[in-house]
Amino acid sequence: MTSNPVALAVFAVLFFGAAFLGTLAMRLRPRGEGAGTGTAHEEWGLGGRRFGIWVTWFLVGGDFYTAYTVIAVPALVYGQGAYGFFALPYTIIVYPFIFATMPLLWRYAQKHGYMTAADIVRGRFGSRPLELLVALTGLVAVLPYIALQLVGIQTVIHALGLPGQIPLIVAFLSLAVYTWLGGLHAPALTAFIKDVMIYIVVIAAVTVIPMHLGGYGHVFDAAATAYTKPGTGLLLADGKMMPYATLALGSALAAFLYPHTLTGVLASRSAQTIRTNAVMLPAYTLLLGLIAMLGYMAHAAGVVVARPNDTVPALFAAIFPSWFLGFAYAAVAIGALVPASVMAIGAANLVTRNILGARSGREHDAREARIVGLLVKLAALACVLLLNPQYAIWLQTLGGVWILQTLPALICGLFIPWLRAPGLIGGWLAGMVIGNWLVFSDGLVPTHSLAAIGLPWTFYTGLIALAANLVVSLGLSALLRTGRAGVQPRPAL
Amino acid sequence: MRLLLLLLPFAGLLLVPLYNALTPKLWGIPYFYWYQLAWVPVTSLLLWIVDRATRSANAAEDMR
Repeated sequence: MTSNPVALAVFAVLFFGAAFLGTLAMRLRPRGEGAGTGTAHEEWGLGGRRFGIWVTWFLVGGDFYTAYTVIAVPALVYGQGAYGFFALPYTIIVYPFIFATMPLLWRYAQKHGYMTAADIVRGRFGSRPLELLVALTGLVAVLPYIALQLVGIQTVIHALGLPGQIPLIVAFLSLAVYTWLGGLHAPALTAFIKDVMIYIVVIAAVTVIPMHLGGYGHVFDAAATAYTKPGTGLLLADGKMMPYATLALGSALAAFLYPHTLTGVLASRSAQTIRTNAVMLPAYTLLLGLIAMLGYMAHAAGVVVARPNDTVPALFAAIFPSWFLGFAYAAVAIGALVPASVMAIGAANLVTRNILGARSGREHDAREARIVGLLVKLAALACVLLLNPQYAIWLQTLGGVWILQTLPALICGLFIPWLRAPGLIGGWLAGMVIGNWLVFSDGLVPTHSLAAIGLPWTFYTGLIALAANLVVSLGLSALLRTGRAGVQPRPAL
Repeated sequence: MRLLLLLLPFAGLLLVPLYNALTPKLWGIPYFYWYQLAWVPVTSLLLWIVDRATRSANAAEDMR
């Protein structure tokens, strides 16, 4: 890596400037009418549940479409072709799902002052063990996600020419200070800056780069010749269509069960804010589709990288002048800071409220949540240091399978009144055992062939585990219901 | 009816054989890509229609 002083200077000014502005947000928040009705913990951890349509749009967009998306999706497309585009149907069908479910969840949470998925489950089923399971699942699923954001910041700072462990230290310290001072108000403000910068970078990339390369038609023609391995290319191989569809569906069902995405939803001002956002948020998906095409542009530009994750940084370095390279890298780094911060806050809410059981909501809870947030980030840092990045991606794949197992308790619980806690715990166990066993026996590939039960398809493993979970949850709950009815004296005929 | 509108994007995008093809191209972009991208505004529109149709009923529910 050669040092690039112009890019480095532009990067430093923008990255630290945006982060500093974010930390001011906690001070600048409205104190007038409607402010301060919630608790100190709700203020730090949920922005006082006051975010309107625009703030929610930027906040949810900012923590759902992470910097890691900008790096990983084109990298997958670069390596696999069409298969990497599963993120596109995934981030479209997620919105009808949000529209139908999340306003109900918000309404229930707001009515009872709940801040986390585990709060909601405890309220619904009155079961402490189920609350703990949901909280632990969320915590373990989000840790590798935070680790990947740290790796994202580290990657661009490293690409700017800083040596050794400095990039990771800078990444960690900026995240820690930023979240400590700003709470959820910081990412809400910074998300706006991040979006404007990412939009500028992506629009520049998707217009300038194809112009360099002779237009989109030429980009696709050039990319078509780059895929020689079987199963890769501009279209899906026959055996890849079912994995593509089930990965999209499973990811869409899992996406808003994570602590960070749910935090964004619960911080909205009203249920209607969420519905309006479901209508508006797909605009980001248009951007995602264009970002995915960067993988093809890299082939057309003749970019060759050893590690797929270097695809986008290498493409930018090949096309953009230094000052804009600094701008683009800063956009990626801020794009990682925002979601990592929301993730740490969401995880801290889970630990303080649902694992440690602090629900007074007073000032000392807010302090405790801050300290726990810091510990969460330290755990994520340990993930980065102890595991190689390849493992972090595998952990994230596993995280998706895990978090899906909370869907019956959190979402089905809204619609099926006769579900029972013991049934849901049994379902969670079944889903976890089957999901982990399949993923590990498949060498950490997240898809599994159904040939063993006589079906000619390969499915996303998370969906297989979810199916087992649902069968057990519904079956046991039904049994418990009839069992209990049998104890009661039967009415005379 | 409302549910049907919300399910349309699932049908259009999860039935992959519907669109796993290179042609017809649009401005040089293969069918596979522009078809899926086209579902973005279509999904927004469907959600907008459902939201408008149910807004007053939802507002009453939200107040409870």
